[in-house]
This record gives sequence, structure tokens and C-alpha cells, in this order.
Amino acid sequence: MRDDWLREDRLPHIYCAGCGNGTIMNCVLEAVEKTGWDQKKTIFISGIGCSSRAPGYILTDSLHTTHGRAIAFATGVKMANPSLHVVVFTGDGDLAAIGGNHFIHACRRNIDITVVCMNNHIYGMTGGQGSPTTPIGKTSTTTPYGADEAPFDLAELAMAAGANYVARWTSFHVKQLTDSVLTGLNTPGFSLIEVRCQCPTSYGRRNKYREPVDYMTYLKSHAVLKEKWERSAAPGTELPVDSFLVGEFVRRQRPVMGVPDEA
Amino acid sequence: MQGNIASAEGALAAGCTFFGGYPITPSTEVAEHMATRMPKIKGACFIQMEDEIASIAAVIGAAWTGARSMTATSGPGFSLMMENIGYAVMTETPCVIVNIQRGGPSTGQPTMAAQGDIMQVKFGSHGDYSIIALAPSSVQECFDLTAKAFNLADRFRTPVFLMADEVIGHMREKIEIPDSVEIVRPKPLPEGALPFAPGPDGVSGFAAFGTGRHIPVTGLTHDERGYPDTTNPARHESLVRRLVSKIEDARHDIADYSIVNEEAEYVFVCYGAPVRTVREVVERLRLPDTGYLQLRTVWPFPEGLLSRFPKVKAFIVPEMNLGMMAREIERHVSVPVIPVSKIGGDLHTPEELVEAVKAAGGLL
Repeated sequence: MRDDWLREDRLPHIYCAGCGNGTIMNCVLEAVEKTGWDQKKTIFISGIGCSSRAPGYILTDSLHTTHGRAIAFATGVKMANPSLHVVVFTGDGDLAAIGGNHFIHACRRNIDITVVCMNNHIYGMTGGQGSPTTPIGKTSTTTPYGADEAPFDLAELAMAAGANYVARWTSFHVKQLTDSVLTGLNTPGFSLIEVRCQCPTSYGRRNKYREPVDYMTYLKSHAVLKEKWERSAAPGTELPVDSFLVGEFVRRQRPVMGVPDEA
Repeated sequence: MQGNIASAEGALAAGCTFFGGYPITPSTEVAEHMATRMPKIKGACFIQMEDEIASIAAVIGAAWTGARSMTATSGPGFSLMMENIGYAVMTETPCVIVNIQRGGPSTGQPTMAAQGDIMQVKFGSHGDYSIIALAPSSVQECFDLTAKAFNLADRFRTPVFLMADEVIGHMREKIEIPDSVEIVRPKPLPEGALPFAPGPDGVSGFAAFGTGRHIPVTGLTHDERGYPDTTNPARHESLVRRLVSKIEDARHDIADYSIVNEEAEYVFVCYGAPVRTVREVVERLRLPDTGYLQLRTVWPFPEGLLSRFPKVKAFIVPEMNLGMMAREIERHVSVPVIPVSKIGGDLHTPEELVEAVKAAGGLL
């Protein structure tokens, strides 16, 4: 059934062997199908980068826009026609560097769109430069001696800026990811689903995760379930080095923009 | 009525239902007026975006839902919009951008008039392209040309610019508001047609998002299906040449102008605020042997109009910049072209134009 949503005449896709983006696209399409949304009324929007090529493979109306601006374009689509369902695919560079301003303002407005961020900690399309989520010490072509700037926590950022739904998973957690995307699609207001994923070509190769499975193994072993951590760890305890929280960060009903009028 | 407000009213008369903007002097009244009016219009949306980049992005997004969409800005904001203006050109998105010009470069003179963006509007985004730019010289023209801009945007599927300036935007004049304005919507996309396959006029049919046509829109070089095809030189050349020629081939059809005294020897070519001083000199002072060509369409440049003056000895071009359009005119004619450049914010005085005619050899 999911085949109905794919542009098969655009295959093969441009993603490298072992890339995590295909897995994420698959989870998102599975969640979209579960919503029962009309394919005609579903719009995928993206900026620039590997993540942003995803809408081009999906059989709906779509906008592949300029670098960092997908959310601003999505705001226009959704506000002009609130009966459309709008999903944004973005990456860590697109969302948090060049598009950071649009990201926080869309969270603040709580505009009714769902943003899926494929966070591979690197600019993959341009060959592996450091991004605002490259962890300290990790190597890229622009951090050849190791990144020395603190990375953004995208989920915390969205939560602080006012989004109604925020979750984080990885390309390993396909079941949980699909469920969270579905919740995000069904939650009125701004939803961010951050997905940490492997980029064996540009990130893994330079950071001792050469095989796709190497980084998947890291994601699996260092993802700490938020609920479990909050239940078991003493207050104030720091997460172990290189570990990160996954799970649902917030689900709330603040006032939203871009939903159809009740009348 | 104020020029900026007339522009907003012209847009509403034309059925504009989406405005995305960001405050900037001297254009802010356009946004303020839309913020007051649009919430009372069913189905219309005003939104103040976080910056001008987001404003034009939202306008383009809204246009793809079929809404008549617009933004208004001035120099610094206009510069920020440039990348997405190129995106609108490449994706053939109809939209209207009002630029109430002020003195530049940089922050320059926020409250003073200028015409310094008249080349930027044509060349400011990267790559080869063409757009349509209109220039009002009165409050009435702010209304009329803004309404008209939407029709041109839809007909040619291109961003259309209203290039006013601080004087025209902030002046108040009595205007006549018609009961209704002409509305020309885009050609529909024929059933079964590819979304970027051009018609005989080089323009593709349009189908709004949500109507089941599954249109993939991209700023990458694309084929008629909208699929990226970025390394095929022939594909890029035919696409970009079509984007340019669909506008340039129609330049005399698009041209909106006034000609006074085709027998003139000294012909003013003017657009925007300087038109007012030219009219004072030619029509009220009746300066001998003079006439003028007022361009309400500045781009595409209707060069054929320059040959409508058989006795012309010199073209005199008063502009509130250092001679931008004068150079464009120069490349189409063999008689002298005399720029009367003025920057700083003041309009030309009639005396300055009389002196220019004398310097050109007239009034002997």
C-alpha cells in the first residue's frame, strides 16, 4: 500500500548505501498512512540537503525549497490553506544552522505542521562538514581536529520555544519512531520528531563508524529512554558520556495556528 | 489616501488573500493596513513573519495553494529576499512584491526616496532570468498597478514587482477606486498535462496544491514533470531560455506607458517619482520641443517605444539613482542619452530639468 505514495519512476534514489534516511522516510510514510489522510491533501516540504530530497520521491504535491527555509514556506502553505496536511523533512544543518530562526518561530507560533529532522550530525550532501549538532571532539572536513563548539539539543530547543509535541528517536527505533511521528501528525500545533541517524559516508567514515551497523549499534547502546532515566537516576545526575535521551519530550495543548476554523 | 495604503487596497481589490511581511520603513503601512483589513475578509490571512526571507518564502508557499499572495518591503529587506525571488522565478510561482525604495546602499536613508533598486530587481538573484517590474508615480497608480501586478503574475507565472519609493508611498492624493478591477487568473493545467510543460506562450498551466495533481516543485533545474535534472546542459539551457523568453517576447504586450508629444526633440524618459517633475515641465510649463515617455512597466524594458520619437535629438533621463536606466536606454538608441541623476532623497526640481534640456542643446 505504501507503494502508492512513492514515485517509482524517480527510483533509484540518491541516498548512499547504508544511509539512515530511507528508514526514516519509510517510518514517516507508514505513520502518514495510519492517519488516513487524503494523499491529495498531504504536502511534503523540505529545504536543502540529503534529508530534503525525500519529498521528491513521494507522490504528493511537494516543495523542495531553499536552504533552511522549508518551515517558512510550510507556514505560507498551511496558513493559506489550513485544510492541507503539511509535513516537513529537514536535516540538522538545514533546521538548526541556516534555518534556526524559522524553526524557533514556528515552534513559538505553534503552527500546525510536523517536522521530521534527520539528524546525522553532518552536512552529508556537501561532503561532510561540521554542523550545529556535531558532537564535541568528532571529526568532519571543517573540524579536522575535532569539533570544539557545543552542539544544539534540537528536542530541548523545540520544547523551550513552545512546540506542542516533541520526541526524539533514532533510525534503530523504527517502531517507536513510527508511533511518535503518528502522534506528532495527530497533535494540533507544531511537532518536532528528531531522528538521530547514521551517515556512513560522511560521518561514520571519519569517526570510527565505518560500517552502517557500527553507528546503529552506537545509537542502540547509547540511547537512554527518557522515562526510564527520570524514574531511576537520582535528580541532577548527568547522563553518561556520549549517551542521549530518547522518547517523548513533551505532549501538550497550547494554542495553535493554522488549523481549519470550526465553523 | 496614502500611496502605501492604496497599494494594499489595490491588492485587496484584486483578490489578494495572503500577506506575509516584516516591518521596514518606508513600506510598513502596507503591512499595517493589511493587518487591519485581512482578518475581516473570509479566507484571507495576514502573518507577520520573523524576517524578510521568511516573508517571501511564506508568500511563495501560499501562492502554491492558489492564493493571490504578496509582501511589501524596502532596500535591506529586498536584499534579503533575493534568493527566494530566484526560487519563485525557477518554480514559476505567481506572487507580488512591493518595494518602497529608500536610499542605499545598506541601511542608508530609511525615510528618504530613491530608485536605486531598479537594477537589483532585475539582476539581484543569481543566474539568468527575467521578471516584470512596474513603477507607480502617483497614489492612483499605486492602486491600479498593484492590482494589475497580480494579473501579470498569474498570466506569466512569475514574481511581479511594484517599484515605488518613499515619496510615492507616503504621499497622499485623492484617488478613484473602481467598483471592481479586472482579474485574470492563471491558465489551468490541462488534464493529463505535465506541470511544467509550456503552452505556446511559454507559460505552463497552473494547478494549486491539494487538487490531486501531485506536483513536485523544486528550485533545481527540472524537466516538464518537475523532476530534478541538474547535469544535462540542454535541459538547463531550454528551461532558463524559456523562463526568460516567456517574459521578454511579450515585452511590448506587457508595456504600460504614456507618451506625450511624439514630435519632441528633447524627450524625457521617466518612471516613478521623477515623472511628476517631468509632467510639470512638459505639460504645465510647456517647455518648447519637449515631450516624454513615462514607463509604468520598467521591466521587461519596452525598447521599441524609444523609436516613437522621429525628431528626437536627445533622451533625458531623470532618475533618483546614479543613472541606472539611462544606461539601459543608451544601448537601444543612437542619439545622446543624458542622465539627470539625483540621490539623497529630494525630487528633481523643474529648474534642474530645464537646465538639462539646455545642456542638451535645446531652448536656444
